[in-house]
Amino acid sequence: MKKIIIAVMLAVLPALATAAEEGFHLDKAPVNLHDKASLQRGARMFANYCLSCHSAKYERYSRMAKDLGMTDAEVKANIMFASTKLTDHMTVAMRTADAKLWFGNPPPDLTLIARSRGADYLYTYLRSFYLDSSRPSGVNNAVFKSVAMPDVLWKLQGMQEPVFTIETDADGNKHPVLTGLKLVTKGTMTPAQYDKAVGDLVNFLVYMGEPIRLERQALGVKVLIFLAVFFVLAYLLKKEYWKDVH
Amino acid sequence: MSTEGVDKGRRRFLTAATSVVGGVGTVYVLTPFVLSMEPSARAQAAGAPVEADVSKLEPGQMMTVAWRGKPVWLVRRTKKNLADLPSNDHLLVDPKSTVPQQPPYCKNEYRSRKPEYLVLVGICTHLGCVPGYRPDVAPADIGAYWKGGFLCPCHGSRFDLAGRVFQGSPAPINLEVPPYKYLSDTRITIGDDKGAA
Amino acid sequence: MSTNNKFMAWIDERFPATKTWEEHLAKYYAPKNFNFWYFFGSLAMLVLVNQILTGIWLAMNYKPDATLAFASVQYIMRDVQWGWLIRYMHSVGASAFFIVVYLHMFRGLMYGSYRKPRELLWIIGVIIYLAMMATAFFGYLLPWGQMSYWGAQVIVNLFSAVPFVGEHLSVWVRGDYVISDVTLNRFFAFHFALPFILAALVFVHIVALHKVGSNNPDGIEIKKNKDANGIPLDGIPFHPYYTVKDIVGVVGFLIIFAAVIFFAPGMGGFFLEHPNFDPANPLKTPPHIAPVWYFTPFYAILRAIPPMFTSKFPGVLVMFGSIAMFFILPWLDRSPVKSIRYKGPLFKIAIAIFTISFIILGYLGTQEPSVGRTWLARILTILYYAFFLLMPWYSKIDKTKPVPERVTE
Repeated sequence: MKKIIIAVMLAVLPALATAAEEGFHLDKAPVNLHDKASLQRGARMFANYCLSCHSAKYERYSRMAKDLGMTDAEVKANIMFASTKLTDHMTVAMRTADAKLWFGNPPPDLTLIARSRGADYLYTYLRSFYLDSSRPSGVNNAVFKSVAMPDVLWKLQGMQEPVFTIETDADGNKHPVLTGLKLVTKGTMTPAQYDKAVGDLVNFLVYMGEPIRLERQALGVKVLIFLAVFFVLAYLLKKEYWKDVH
Repeated sequence: MSTEGVDKGRRRFLTAATSVVGGVGTVYVLTPFVLSMEPSARAQAAGAPVEADVSKLEPGQMMTVAWRGKPVWLVRRTKKNLADLPSNDHLLVDPKSTVPQQPPYCKNEYRSRKPEYLVLVGICTHLGCVPGYRPDVAPADIGAYWKGGFLCPCHGSRFDLAGRVFQGSPAPINLEVPPYKYLSDTRITIGDDKGAA
Repeated sequence: MSTNNKFMAWIDERFPATKTWEEHLAKYYAPKNFNFWYFFGSLAMLVLVNQILTGIWLAMNYKPDATLAFASVQYIMRDVQWGWLIRYMHSVGASAFFIVVYLHMFRGLMYGSYRKPRELLWIIGVIIYLAMMATAFFGYLLPWGQMSYWGAQVIVNLFSAVPFVGEHLSVWVRGDYVISDVTLNRFFAFHFALPFILAALVFVHIVALHKVGSNNPDGIEIKKNKDANGIPLDGIPFHPYYTVKDIVGVVGFLIIFAAVIFFAPGMGGFFLEHPNFDPANPLKTPPHIAPVWYFTPFYAILRAIPPMFTSKFPGVLVMFGSIAMFFILPWLDRSPVKSIRYKGPLFKIAIAIFTISFIILGYLGTQEPSVGRTWLARILTILYYAFFLLMPWYSKIDKTKPVPERVTE
């Protein structure tokens, strides 16, 4: 029987192996929801650079303030530009019809973007804009081809040019593959500072995707401890009764 | 299968212990279900304090704002209205507002912070209808004693211009005065009285 | 008579409370050799209760309206107190239900629980499984994310493959020319109603079980060996022995269930698929769509069958046929023994190949199709069918071991 299983596995494995992912390498995002300072920096960056076009319409300012340990005054001064009430959702003033006209697509809501795309993708995406004169916005992105969004962070990061490597595919055809990016114009931040700033922003987006996450995990530990105690008791009870069964 | 030589004490103890822990667990599981029926963050946001500006209110006029989804009345009483109030006392259920239907700072003859402006939750204390504003004096359908007040359309409960209920009304107690404070001479926050003088 | 006894006597004259208790618990004799695999029946009932309870509470805040549905789920996740926990209990519970039921069915396959006299019991079980799949399918549209929308679009379009009436049938199911608000509204109604039918079917399943008695890992009928009082020698009262045992199983299950809910509620995209965090967009299909994991084996079978005579109907037939196989299973098995313990190598090989095929088909269903994968899926589909269709032959010629008179430890 074992031989047959091995034979089946051998027949199957090559087909499964083709599942290897292609495309630009994604960098690991430095996500740490316990780092409140990072989350607050990320929230400020989000309000300054994203919130004018992208909404986060399922998140309330008040919830964010509570979860991130910010005072109401701080939120009003640094984050809330479009709203007056602390309990408002983080919406934008721009109308969808205008957005369609300006960008072709309305900018998506970002509340859940970290859950649909993943932190690593966002971290790489925000650091992978490069100059491309064929695009209307003058930039393209290594992980999002023909992206409609302009490079709103270019003043911070500077400008990058693509690095292509010639690769030969299975049929023997040579074609250029985007393998890296090179900084050609300096921004106001060093690359390390920029990576950190984007890391904060992505950290904030991960928080916003699921504000309850830390609380959920903390509660989970307690629940599991309770269940472990319950399990021991239930097991002893079962053992005790099953002494009758011979 | 045999039940000889069973340690009954141990068996009873383990059964009790498992039952108790299981019962506690069940209560824990049910708690989120019970609490999820409490007002949500949205309901709480909608229940946040609201601001009202009474500067455009003429003497004798009333305006309504919504607070926690309930109508809150703001009435600017005339000098005569205020002077008439004590004359109702012998017809009222609770003329001295002993039932705590108002914040302590409104437990006075006008049931308000400033005599001129009355702030009331416009919900009848009988079964929750919204009474109508009747500033007219001695109307035929109510009676000669009437010096202005509120009449509930559902079961005819009557309240004077301080929201005090008349004897013989189905409503048992006076209308509720919500917590409020003045932000300036004519701007009022309803639902929040923290930090008020 | 004590007050307690008087009270029970009063009740029993009007309702068979004591009789029911004895028949189904205190004097229902179950084989004493149940193993690990026998936990999954009671666990399935537990998860069904979990689904109904959390589902009712979700319905208190959910809006079955295409413009509101997605936002109402986020309202539950963020604004409703403890809404996140109730929602995760429901979404993880859906996957847990299928895991538990798949294991429960596999137990039946191993120990021959579908054999005479339990054919009807088995068939009721297969109907429960179908009702579960329908419920899950209707429910998956409700979050109104991209996967919800396009998953429903693909599955409903299967109906259009039915010859002659298909095109109209799919429109009728949707109530529109695409998946729309109308579809969402009716799917919500079905998703709410079906679990109660499911609960009724579970009741019938248990009534049937208690009529024929439980099978066991040895596949021996314990009713054949009774003592002087007519009690099976190898049987023990369900209560207290199996109630205390099932509590251990329940708590063990809850540990795993809670671990997933609190530490990996999305299960890396298997329980909550990533594209479903984007609201449904009828104008844009996500780059790669796949049903939730519990449907993927059947989805892989569907994709494996090429269109024939310009019709995709054969694929649909083969897919539904793969589920229909379970209905005729009781009459395919010609082995003189029930349990895998006494069956010969042919059956062991067959069930191993079947299980591996099912799992790999499930994996292939989550992946984008390629030429290699499609051919692999075709081979596995044949193997899947072979398990059933060749059973009359291999189960008959298989070498079996003698079955003991009494159950083994």
